[in-house]
Amino acid sequence: MWSFFHKLGSPPWLFGIAGSILRWLVPITLIALAVGICWGLLYTSPDFRQGNSYRIIYIHVPAAVVALAGYYVMAIAGAVSLIWRMKMADIAMKSCAPIGAALTFLALVTGSIWGKPTWGTWWVWDARVTSMLILLFLYLGVVALYEAFDNKAAASKACAVLSLVGTVNIPIIYKSVDWWYSLHQPATIKFTDESTIDPSMFYPLLLMIVAFYGLFTCAMLMNMRVEILARESRTKWVRKLVGG
Amino acid sequence: MSAPTTFRFCARLVRRQLVLAVRRPLEIGNPLLFFAMVVALFPLGLGPAPDQLARFAPGILWIIALLANLLSSDAVFRSDFDDGSLEQLLLAPQPLYAAALSYIFAHWLITGVLLALVSPLFAGMLGLPGNAMLTLALSLLLGSGVLSLIGGIGASLTVGLKRGGMLISLLILPFYMPVLIFGSAAVQAAVTGADAGPYLAILGAMLSLAIALAPLAIAAGLRISVDA
Amino acid sequence: MSSATAGETLLAAQSLSLERGGRQLFDGLSFAVRAGQLIQVDGANGAGKTSLLRILAGLSRYGFEGNITRQSSLLYLGHQAGVKQLLTPRENLAWHAAGEGEYANADIEQALAHVGLTGYEDVSSHTLSAGQHRRVNLARLYLSSSPLWLLDEPFAAIDQKGVAELERLMVKHVSAGGAVIITSHQSLQVSYPLSRLSLSAGLQ
Repeated sequence: MWSFFHKLGSPPWLFGIAGSILRWLVPITLIALAVGICWGLLYTSPDFRQGNSYRIIYIHVPAAVVALAGYYVMAIAGAVSLIWRMKMADIAMKSCAPIGAALTFLALVTGSIWGKPTWGTWWVWDARVTSMLILLFLYLGVVALYEAFDNKAAASKACAVLSLVGTVNIPIIYKSVDWWYSLHQPATIKFTDESTIDPSMFYPLLLMIVAFYGLFTCAMLMNMRVEILARESRTKWVRKLVGG
Repeated sequence: MSAPTTFRFCARLVRRQLVLAVRRPLEIGNPLLFFAMVVALFPLGLGPAPDQLARFAPGILWIIALLANLLSSDAVFRSDFDDGSLEQLLLAPQPLYAAALSYIFAHWLITGVLLALVSPLFAGMLGLPGNAMLTLALSLLLGSGVLSLIGGIGASLTVGLKRGGMLISLLILPFYMPVLIFGSAAVQAAVTGADAGPYLAILGAMLSLAIALAPLAIAAGLRISVDA
Repeated sequence: MSSATAGETLLAAQSLSLERGGRQLFDGLSFAVRAGQLIQVDGANGAGKTSLLRILAGLSRYGFEGNITRQSSLLYLGHQAGVKQLLTPRENLAWHAAGEGEYANADIEQALAHVGLTGYEDVSSHTLSAGQHRRVNLARLYLSSSPLWLLDEPFAAIDQKGVAELERLMVKHVSAGGAVIITSHQSLQVSYPLSRLSLSAGLQ
């Protein structure tokens, strides 16, 4: 167990293992994405109320789900880096933030595109949209804080603290925004009633969510490999690797 | 000669911060002046119709209070960082948790409490009904405590950076949002004659949680900033 | 002044290594600081003297490898004086953020007299010069009950007479069972065995 932990702390080992995971994870993710998109867009029946426009959920929902999960991945990596002072956890945490921000942004954009035919407007201050927007701010805060520090070791620690603060706050923010929305919109129709989703629509959605998790992991591992090379650029093994 | 107990040390820090603030009265006056000036902006932007201003008053007052608090948080640890006092604070034998809480407490007394006390005046200028004044002051009193604690987290993380001013808003504004929601809802409830108690209770719960957890984050942030 | 008995280890460092900007400042540095030792850290500008002192004090917690065990309370004086412009020297010492002790007024006056600030006790510090700020900070040494002192360039902006006074104080402190680690570009004129800490070779 401990030797595994020590290996995790070793940059060349992590660089290598991330490389070999990517070798099979990238093809699997791509296949899952392709199958999921074709299945969702071509082979499911249109929704009786929303017609074909609902099909954007095959992008929107996975992006939103993984964006939120990504914040917790980031915070856990941050906690590991603070508690066990593991440099590689720093790198994992730092690599999550831009991907999470991109997925949150994707969820907001697809939600907005979906909103136009459904609600007749590009933007509504609905509880979920508002919460996603705040999540985007939280991610951008972490990215901005990291960039503001010259000392990257300190930057990682500061971002770890910030993401842990965020972890405590996200449930509070979500509950507050939910409550705020219900106060100001007492009797609106729920547009996305997921409990009644048809199984024929649900299975491709599930596949897409899994594929997005794969996508997140791939992007994170690639990001980590770049960051490892950048931080270790002076060491022998990197010089040997790049043939310099 | 032994080191003072944590409580006595904290009392000393609070007193020191208050004396420092009193000797630079502008620091105390600035948030209040800011509050007054932004209140004056809203009739200019929205038009002077009293019923419209009164309708938006709870939200307006809370947003201004929040911004006033935000702008003053940046300075909580900055002068101590610049002159080296912060290093000495980190080396003190007393727990940093308690020291951080004392700094925030002093900041809250100077900004939050004063804002809460003068808020009825500006609320009157915006036409907020008299029956909501007490709720406004109470909600600001509780809410600004949370704001100061969260602001302290941002301040501790950015104190070592030369240009932390704008960054701190980006970091902590998302965490201010729940306070804004319940703070303005409390005032809104009081305006409509409903019971504002539950909202104030939620603000109190947020304050309790923030008192328990925020100083931990502030202490960690200060150690990181001094180390960098 | 101090309660430590002679020879007792106040601080031990095991295999400290520090790398800054791709340069190895020190590697595998181990030493123990005992009561009664007066230690000067050797090294050129940028050699890592200040970094070492900050690591020993516990201000640097990340970015270095190795272990520090501290057996006693310590007093650290860094480059910045830690003096608040808006407080008087008396208030600065009485309400100091280091939380070391609660000092009686007479003790504070005596300490300020030692550093040549008699008559300045109750003037606002922003009217004092940079050297006087440093003296206010040095007055803490007269009040301190910590056995271990870590002094980073304490002679900067201090005149000759002040330097001699400070050297006498350090000798008195180590003779009474304390220990001092000091960085300075001046060589110390003390009538006490001076140990030297080299960042490459350790304690000699």
